[in-house]
Amino acid sequence: MTDTATLKITYREALKQGMHEALINNEKVFLMGEDVGRYGGAFAVSKGFLAEFGEDRIMDVPLSESGFVGAGIGAALAGMRPIVEVMTVNFSLLALDQIINNAATLLHMSGGQINVPVVIRMNSGIGNQLAAQHSHSWEPFYAHIPGLKIVSAGTHEDARGMLLTALESPDPVVIFEYTSLLNMESEIRSGSGAVDIDKAKIRREGKDLSIITYGPGVYKALAAAEILASSGIDVEIIDLRVLNPIDDDTIINSVVKTHRALIVEEAWRSVSISSEIISRIMENAFYSLDAPVERLCGIEVPIPYPKHLEDASIPQKQDIVDSVLKMIQHD
Amino acid sequence: MKDQELKTTILQLLSKIAPDIDPQELEMDANIREVFGIDSFDFLQFIIGLDEEFGITTPEEDYGKITTLNTLMAYLKLASNKQV
Amino acid sequence: MIEFTMPSLGADMEDGTLAEWRVKSGDFVKRGDIIADVDTQKGLIEIEVFDEGTIHELIVKEGEKVPVGTVMATIIPAQEKISADVKTAPAPASKSKIKKESIKPAVKRVVTKGIDHLKISPLAKRMAVEKGIDVSTIKGSGPQGSIVKKDIDLAVAMKAESHVEVTGGKKERAAEGVRAAIASAMSRSNREIPHFYLETRIDMSKALDWLSQSNKQTELKDRLLSVVLLIKATAKAIREVPAVNAYWKNGLELKNVINIGFAVSLREGGVVIPAIPEADKKSLNELMALLNDLIPRARALQLRSSELSQSTITLTNIGEGSTDKVFGIIYPPQVAIIGFGNIVEEAWAENGALSTRPVVHVTLAADHRAIDGYLGGRFLMALKKNLQNPAAL
Repeated sequence: MTDTATLKITYREALKQGMHEALINNEKVFLMGEDVGRYGGAFAVSKGFLAEFGEDRIMDVPLSESGFVGAGIGAALAGMRPIVEVMTVNFSLLALDQIINNAATLLHMSGGQINVPVVIRMNSGIGNQLAAQHSHSWEPFYAHIPGLKIVSAGTHEDARGMLLTALESPDPVVIFEYTSLLNMESEIRSGSGAVDIDKAKIRREGKDLSIITYGPGVYKALAAAEILASSGIDVEIIDLRVLNPIDDDTIINSVVKTHRALIVEEAWRSVSISSEIISRIMENAFYSLDAPVERLCGIEVPIPYPKHLEDASIPQKQDIVDSVLKMIQHD
Repeated sequence: MKDQELKTTILQLLSKIAPDIDPQELEMDANIREVFGIDSFDFLQFIIGLDEEFGITTPEEDYGKITTLNTLMAYLKLASNKQV
Repeated sequence: MIEFTMPSLGADMEDGTLAEWRVKSGDFVKRGDIIADVDTQKGLIEIEVFDEGTIHELIVKEGEKVPVGTVMATIIPAQEKISADVKTAPAPASKSKIKKESIKPAVKRVVTKGIDHLKISPLAKRMAVEKGIDVSTIKGSGPQGSIVKKDIDLAVAMKAESHVEVTGGKKERAAEGVRAAIASAMSRSNREIPHFYLETRIDMSKALDWLSQSNKQTELKDRLLSVVLLIKATAKAIREVPAVNAYWKNGLELKNVINIGFAVSLREGGVVIPAIPEADKKSLNELMALLNDLIPRARALQLRSSELSQSTITLTNIGEGSTDKVFGIIYPPQVAIIGFGNIVEEAWAENGALSTRPVVHVTLAADHRAIDGYLGGRFLMALKKNLQNPAAL
């Protein structure tokens, strides 16, 4: 086997392999969450784990987000390395008190004596007609909170590797995974494993404009870039990956090079990740801009159930193509 | 026609075609088309001008004989003598 | 009522200044009449009308600069002539008044117009300071007419060339406009169009022999130049391979008429490309007569609107008298440009023997979004074949 060999897997399989490797590597790692055991996970990411690792390490919990997230934080305090699965980000709101007032705050409150090495995974974004209770994107909310590291797995490589690195962190990490990507297949290097969770990544190099995105925006932007390339427009694509703390250097260096930026995200527009990125560009790269920074975000409505409205509520590949053309050709 | 008059007439024609070039800078044995940046269309206009001015007919095969002021003036003298 | 609008005289034209109306209200006009002179980047252009009827109202005032598409005048169509008498009646007048008012709210930006504020990107502003460019004299090409990096780059380039002076203020300005128009169109072409190039050599001995025989029998004024053969041979080759004669705008639009844009270099620098309409249907003598008319007017920057906007493909003979080969940049939205080099004697191998022949190198630069190498090759072969049978041209 060589390093260049690749294999084609689904995003779901990438998540599963990452978690499987984590459970094998370290006996202190265990998985807890709603339906993760007997049912195999609401999104079938932990299918078969109960039989392989047993009830002590694959733990079904009651439908009480505040309760089981709190229990996970307690286990982390006691020296374990829990992976807490909150089915979707929408339900995580019930556990915000535990996540913010305990996980994010204890290191500070204890004068630096107590770390909370908990990893919380949650699915985010639209999920093929799951309606407004299951389809929202709360990344901007979590990225607002000091004391939490927030990462977003927008590629198969990151779905496979982010969890492994997160479990090494002494402090709480929230990993956003994406319901809409679960069945998507992609090639990853066969030796793929842990990835850094500090830096944004340039997913495609280009010179005419920087598209800055995360989550499902990454693959959409890459597809849009191919279309734009056929019109001779060469865009650079930055996958933010880490939403708190944000990697300024990668963004600013890119904008200084291309002089134009478009931010793409599925979350609602106002007070969002894009708001923050644009502020940082203004603070650090104003005199390198040759055009106003633009953004494509989710429409500010509860995500609708009908397919055509669901599609219309978030940025699509063609929206990205159109926005870039407008920014570059403005006619 | 005296040499000087001949030369003045030629230079006037050239100036009409290429007003941006100072005709006084044209040396006697320099290639006229190169100095004035004259393409085939301009050259045809130039020949038409010469023919009208001197009452001659310049056949196409003679174009090669009139590349410099020296050769052009010699050619014109010969041609206008023949014509008379 | 027909609306007569500011025409677009090429992909790079954004607006024009009305220099003079050649008609007045009540005048009868027919297709092809020149009704106005408009000052554009390409000089003073005579604008033709394409409808028949009676001028109702001249809306744009002389000296006014308006964007492409602005209604400049209204014309009562010929078949409505009977009702033309009502032109002083209040009804149409109030209609046009209402229309003007209703436009107002759409143009919200007018509010900022009076404010002494220049739209310029931060990058462009920084560059202008660094390079000592006076931005108040620059016309922006960015969003909402803002000045962007490209405009500063252009201004820097023009500043470097500013020692070239031409007498006559108007002509100087026009030449500057030509430069800016070329810069904008060519940058866009190079950025957007994936060019590919094909080249072939053509033996010109038959064509030149035929030409010199033909010219021997004609008066000086009716003599043909070899370029006329090249134009006609090209036009006929287009008829055989029509794919090269097209526009690319959000997709391919094949053109039925063959209007060959003929590149004319200006002595002060710059190129203008008047169209030779329906070149395939014109005889060699007609083509020569057309060139005799077009070239001097092109050099004086006195072309008509239709002549600047009709080309469906471009031919450049710029190599004549100088270089052997020319590789062109396509003029958008066209999809091809044909470049002829100088006709020179070259060694020519044929049937196992070497001889010298007058040879022209011809290139085709084509838009790979629109056409492929196979068709491009067929086009050049057709061109080559046509030049071997000059009598049939």
